[in-house]
Amino acid sequence: MPETRDSITDIWGPRTGFEGQEQWPARIDEHTTEAPDHWVQSACVLCSNGCGVDIGVKDGRIVGVRGRAVDSVNHGRLGPKGLHGWVANNSPDRLTKPLIRRNGQLEEATWEEAMSLIVQKSKDLIAKHTSSSIGFYTSGQLFLEEYYALAIVGKAGLGTPHMDGNTRLCTATAAAALKASFGSDGQPGSYADLDSTEAILHVGHNIASQQTVLWMRILDRLAGPNPPKLVVIDPRRTYTAEKATVHLAPRVGTNIPVMNGLLHLIIEAGHLNHAYIEAHTLGFEELKKTVAKWTPDRVERLTGVPADKLRAAADILGTCKTLVSTVLQGVYQSMQATASAVQVNNLHLLRGLLGHDGSGIYQMNGQPTAQNTRECGADGDLPGFRNWGNETHIQELADLWNVHPDQIPHWAPPTHAMQIWRYCETGSIKMLWISGTNPLVSMPDLARARKILAKEDLFVIVQDAFLTETTKYADVVLPAAIWGEKTGCFTNVGRTVHISHRAVNPPGEARSDFDIFVDYSRRMDFRDQHGAPLLTSTWQTTEDAFNAWRECTRGRPCDYTGMSYAKLSEGSGIQWPCNEEFPDGKKHLYEDGVFATATEYCETYGEDLETGAPRSKEEYQAINPNGRAFLHGVDYEPPHEEPDEQYPLWLTTGRVVFHFHTRTKTGRSKALQDAAPDSFVQLATEDAARYGISEGDMVEVTSRRGRVLEPARVGGIEPGLVFIPFHYGYWDKADRPRAANELTLTEWDPVSKQPHFKYAAVKLRKVHA
Amino acid sequence: MHLATYLGLLEDSEKQLTDAFEHVAEKHRDEPDIEQICQKFSAWSRNHHGQILGFVEKYLEEQEDEPDKLKRDLFARNRSGALALLRDLHDLWLLTQQVQLCWTVIRQAALGLRDEELKACATECAARTKRQTDWLLGRVKQAAPQTLLVAE
Repeated sequence: MPETRDSITDIWGPRTGFEGQEQWPARIDEHTTEAPDHWVQSACVLCSNGCGVDIGVKDGRIVGVRGRAVDSVNHGRLGPKGLHGWVANNSPDRLTKPLIRRNGQLEEATWEEAMSLIVQKSKDLIAKHTSSSIGFYTSGQLFLEEYYALAIVGKAGLGTPHMDGNTRLCTATAAAALKASFGSDGQPGSYADLDSTEAILHVGHNIASQQTVLWMRILDRLAGPNPPKLVVIDPRRTYTAEKATVHLAPRVGTNIPVMNGLLHLIIEAGHLNHAYIEAHTLGFEELKKTVAKWTPDRVERLTGVPADKLRAAADILGTCKTLVSTVLQGVYQSMQATASAVQVNNLHLLRGLLGHDGSGIYQMNGQPTAQNTRECGADGDLPGFRNWGNETHIQELADLWNVHPDQIPHWAPPTHAMQIWRYCETGSIKMLWISGTNPLVSMPDLARARKILAKEDLFVIVQDAFLTETTKYADVVLPAAIWGEKTGCFTNVGRTVHISHRAVNPPGEARSDFDIFVDYSRRMDFRDQHGAPLLTSTWQTTEDAFNAWRECTRGRPCDYTGMSYAKLSEGSGIQWPCNEEFPDGKKHLYEDGVFATATEYCETYGEDLETGAPRSKEEYQAINPNGRAFLHGVDYEPPHEEPDEQYPLWLTTGRVVFHFHTRTKTGRSKALQDAAPDSFVQLATEDAARYGISEGDMVEVTSRRGRVLEPARVGGIEPGLVFIPFHYGYWDKADRPRAANELTLTEWDPVSKQPHFKYAAVKLRKVHA
Repeated sequence: MHLATYLGLLEDSEKQLTDAFEHVAEKHRDEPDIEQICQKFSAWSRNHHGQILGFVEKYLEEQEDEPDKLKRDLFARNRSGALALLRDLHDLWLLTQQVQLCWTVIRQAALGLRDEELKACATECAARTKRQTDWLLGRVKQAAPQTLLVAE
């Protein structure tokens, strides 16, 4: 059956060199195991790229996928995860019935029993402890309609402030950085900017492994006429770094000195757009003062980046006429995450490089629908990028949902995930509802996370497609329908919205997350202030929810009012804002240099980037940015844990190309699992020699939190640094501790509250089998 | 001239604040954000304290002993749990107010004296003290409902 290319041995496929906006040639990648009866429109959910895909169906089963040539995101291409991940839908071990813990064991139950138990527990807790005893920990992988339902259930129905997603672990800093600089979430550019750009900057972003299809676009630019220059900042020699014109490999935790050093050189050389800075920004003098200390020699001493390399990078970034930058976990999960991420925004602002063809910034997302978690308010944000400090915004939500504004918790920012877990630990959250995520592999400091979920006084609900490390600790497990088994929309990192139609029925009694949340709302009998059932209870279909969501976005930056299920089904991806003014969506935000910072419009009044202290409305009004962007200068702070005599090496964690997250799907695809069957620890040749470790030896890696045993992989990394991928847990292999997060730290960025997965001090020991 | 006396009060207050942040960081180390930010703030206050010493030297006169009443009232009880955290943040906020007002008073004197150095010092330190206060207020607002309504 057709497999148009072997994406396991050749991850990115053959080159089709090109240059010029939207000139990227189409190539249809397909993998089916049988000839489909018909194809169903969708988009891929195995990274944040949002590739348009058709699902092949035969006899009511998914039999494969093919890329959509017409889609602006991927022009028909798919990566290895997209081509092979779908087989997980057909796994024999899908959850098909609800489970309830009885006498210590999870036993099959009916939906009636499971939902009644959840509702009874909720009502008891609210009566005794208020709704603030209930928390939600969701995902970056549900659909828009599901997040919006969840947001209303939580914020208007229950009225609990405790709702966040695993997006806190992956893209919280993207949102925080965009808000801090531009006043609102939302990526300024389009993928098509890569088609003509002169230069590309990747900071802490191994795009070759993370967004393989976007990397194909870059590889094809590199193979075409006038290839862009590529600057890569990453401590590891990744696939991405191998293609760099200049690769800067700073020591772990030193993003700020490198970025400040680059900005200093660019300012010193006068590579500035003075008119743009003057008209459209605030804070230039402060920034200039802050970065002035970071001379190339000083940067070299602290970061290990040679001064001449820093100069070479600054020369490219300072002289290119167009620039696309991307930022990801190397920044977001590191020390000074938000402060470092905004330095990339600063670079573009100083040079006026955004809002036009060829220039853009991607404060990247990791997950396919993380953008919607943020937009819909199923995380620590409010729906429609509304500002929790702005009473008018709260009133707007209250009007949309017909509830009293005080029903919507807004006395402080919505509780972030790490604090939700802390409240569970101290016992003041007594019910935690986890949907579409597997924290017992993905959270930092797993021993602590397990201890929290095991607490007697915490009632744990887990909604998933499979049994996971987390379901082991659940009191109730709800079987969820997944991609291909339900209809809904989601938005990629480039503001492009796709519809994903239901192609097949869910297995057994599995239900969509949407149906589960709506059912909960109905059973809880949530009412609006006139006694009518709360909005979600009146929703029959996800299309009803989408139409309600459109109203919620009216007049906001993420304006969906010009979209409909019909329109999304006719084409293949539409970028927001899409409204009367821009019926086909919009390629660039901020074309006129007017940013989303007006007091009544902005998503945030800002925070102190060093402390995270929120700024008051009055202080914001005094600054009166009124459409100007913020330039933030921040000085360096060393990481909180550094190698010492006892734990002499740095640990950093990350991805491998063949797996997604905790492998609940990709680990069930034979092709992907065979390509990357087990975890490993990567260490430098010098360190391997020092510890007498050879390729394949079993190595014990220990931190102050825990220990793992990993086979060694030698080379391709700086001395003093070791790397372990975070995907691997215990559901399919429990014979040794191997999850990278046994070792990581419980701490987070003061602004984005994203945990620091990218550094910890560890020691190594070769284990004799 | 009572400037030295007041500088002494400020010095003592910054010293107390330094110790108090350190104390809270240590005591609530199970709250990772509290531990780390309070250590940072302790370092800020230590730095302020160091800056003041120069001016104390410069304006040294007979100093009256300021009783550390505030210290005795604050952090005295052996509190623990969520309510203790809220009360400790509350007390830290009060201490920052004490420090802030001292800086305001000292800055007024610096203006009268035309002491540019002291003025610059007071301006910088007052601004950083406000950042401590702002953070404390934000954290208190976050913790308050959960602590008073739900925590055991």
